[in-house]
Amino acid sequence: MEHDHMTIPKYLGVFAVLVVGTILTDYDATIDLDSIFPGANTLVALLIAFTKMACVMLFFMHVYWSPKLIWLAVIASFFWMAIMFAFTMADYFTRAAGVFTT
Amino acid sequence: MQSADVIGSGFSDKPKLNYLTNGTTLKSWLLTKDHKRIAILYLISVSVFFLMGGVYAATIRLELLTPASDLLETGTYNKVFTQHGILMIFFFLIPSIPAVLGNFLLPIMIGAKDLALPRINLLSLYLYWLGGALALYGLMQGGVDTGWTFYTPYSTTFSNSYVLAVGVGIFINGFSSILTGLNFIVTIHTMRAPGMTWFRLPLFVWAMYAVSLVMILGTPVVAITVLLVAIERVARVGIFDPAIGGDPILFQHMFWFYSHPAVYIMVLPGMGVVSELISNFSRKKIFGYEFIAFSSIAIAVFGFLVWGHHMFVSGQSIYASMVFSFLTMVVAIPSAIKMFNWTATLYKGSIDFSTPMLYGLGFMGLFLIGGLTGLYLGAIGLTVHLTDTYYVVSHFHYVMVGGQVVAYLGGLHYWWPKITGKMYSEFWGKTSAMLVFVGFNLTFFPQLILGYMGMPRRYAAYPPEFQVLNIFSTAGASVLGIGMLLPVIYLLHSLVYGKPAGDNPWRLPGLEWRTSSPPPTENFEKMPVVTWEAYEFGEDNGLDLEEDRRRDLAPVA
Ligand code: HEM
Ligand SMILES: [Cu+2]
Repeated sequence: MEHDHMTIPKYLGVFAVLVVGTILTDYDATIDLDSIFPGANTLVALLIAFTKMACVMLFFMHVYWSPKLIWLAVIASFFWMAIMFAFTMADYFTRAAGVFTT
Repeated sequence: MQSADVIGSGFSDKPKLNYLTNGTTLKSWLLTKDHKRIAILYLISVSVFFLMGGVYAATIRLELLTPASDLLETGTYNKVFTQHGILMIFFFLIPSIPAVLGNFLLPIMIGAKDLALPRINLLSLYLYWLGGALALYGLMQGGVDTGWTFYTPYSTTFSNSYVLAVGVGIFINGFSSILTGLNFIVTIHTMRAPGMTWFRLPLFVWAMYAVSLVMILGTPVVAITVLLVAIERVARVGIFDPAIGGDPILFQHMFWFYSHPAVYIMVLPGMGVVSELISNFSRKKIFGYEFIAFSSIAIAVFGFLVWGHHMFVSGQSIYASMVFSFLTMVVAIPSAIKMFNWTATLYKGSIDFSTPMLYGLGFMGLFLIGGLTGLYLGAIGLTVHLTDTYYVVSHFHYVMVGGQVVAYLGGLHYWWPKITGKMYSEFWGKTSAMLVFVGFNLTFFPQLILGYMGMPRRYAAYPPEFQVLNIFSTAGASVLGIGMLLPVIYLLHSLVYGKPAGDNPWRLPGLEWRTSSPPPTENFEKMPVVTWEAYEFGEDNGLDLEEDRRRDLAPVA
């Protein structure tokens, strides 16, 4: 059944997207986008990475055609990862105002 | 023969094969897909690691008998406490209850033939062995001295020991945990016997479900952290090293994002065992079943929100610390819910002080102190004084040894008749349970005082005024050591000389007591249908437990 969703050409297509993404990331590292706003390079790299990850999950891992329970698990794990980032960043963004720094 | 024994054991004359006798070659063990055999292999393996960790512990306590660093050089001392922590935490405590008792009992308690993914189960055992072998290799090559937490820069820039081998060992071992957790979740979702609804599951199974969630969500993060350390060292990408643009505290964030939840991996299973012990040995339906079940899930979820309480003095922002401190107080609530429910279960119960129950009650006392001292450490002002002192050491030993190890021993004694079909000596069981309780308190209570007085952790030498309490502690450790070695002797002894246990030695209603001891390879002769609630001691459980009990208690004519 699952084989119906993805054919070899489709797999290769997704793979091509991943390769292009990698090349773009590399290119992004060689140019300076700070003129747009500081840290723009990082943002672009992260966006590319996110797209690649979404492709892998949706197509390689067949999440796109999966039942709701799988979707729930996927969304929950993103929520959970957001917790990790949010709380870590809560530290970094408020560091300067703390009592341990002057 | 007792009526409970008859159920499920059939009436044929030929002695039936059980999981122990069904195949006797080495290959039948090493390539087994039977969850029960895998559990036995885990039991042997974690016991070996426990003994090794115990030797390190004894060495530490011997060194601390005197104020000077005379038995060990300070560098060696660093290695000794590091290796004690690594062996105990990653290779004994984390796998202990889930991989041994969980593996053996979870399928039986839900009325299944095996775990959902038996091959994956075997794979997890092999990964555990591989990870353990690598870690041991690292230790034999010269060991590690970073502390079990592997903080950067000790583990990176200033690393002068075999961090890599041991790190990879822990990395691989992590996958063993992940596979076990995955297997448990799938099994609980898909393999329950007819009638075994979610709210009829024994609370041990709920605890296993919660701990599996933590294993699956948390362990990959520590694996990624180890990978990032490796990437930084090999490719010189600045992640943790400030000299190339990294931040060492990021390591602590990532490490504790896993390791605080991991401390719940190290106590949730114990709580599950204790729920079984308290309810069954009070012969009373557990008080507040749903509360206990959901508090396990709450611990699993909220456990992910408090990691910053390990970083109060690391340079973490004070605002983050305030949030983490508040959430730390919140996460204690589900644990407290359990304590209250267990106590209420005891109330007006028909309490039986057999060996497993002694361990169960011991858990309640020790975990109480462990949990409450955690709150002191979570208080953002007080912790500045207490952090990195023996107060912390005592806190986590109260929860990890007083909690999990005591619960593990309780569970092992409780299910030993089921696992082996033999009964151990009740006298020696009780003796060792009491020795463990007394020895434990004698070892670790003085450390609370020492820590409060300001004795820092992780030093081989200390000022002479601390010596008296340290002598108490070392003396207590000897008692504790004897208390823990005794079971090795009398449990092994029972294998050969023990009385046959019968199928239901404790006269209990749970599914695991309705199959033979030891169980057959497929767990039940006939697949069970569950019509009773968990911990049902009334009329509805389909057994004549009270009749059997009266017969047990009647004086022999
Ligand atoms: C009632 C819930 C608990 C609270 C509020 C709590 C709180 C804390 C806090 C604040 C610390 C940091 C101390 C410091 O370094 O200054 C700590 C350390 C620790 N806790 Fe807990 N804890 C709790 C339960 C547990 C449990 C159940 C376990 C394990 C089974 C555990 C294991 C540990 C360990 C291993 C450390 C020390 C880690 C290290 O630095 O080596 N705790 N706890
Ligand atoms: Cu913690």
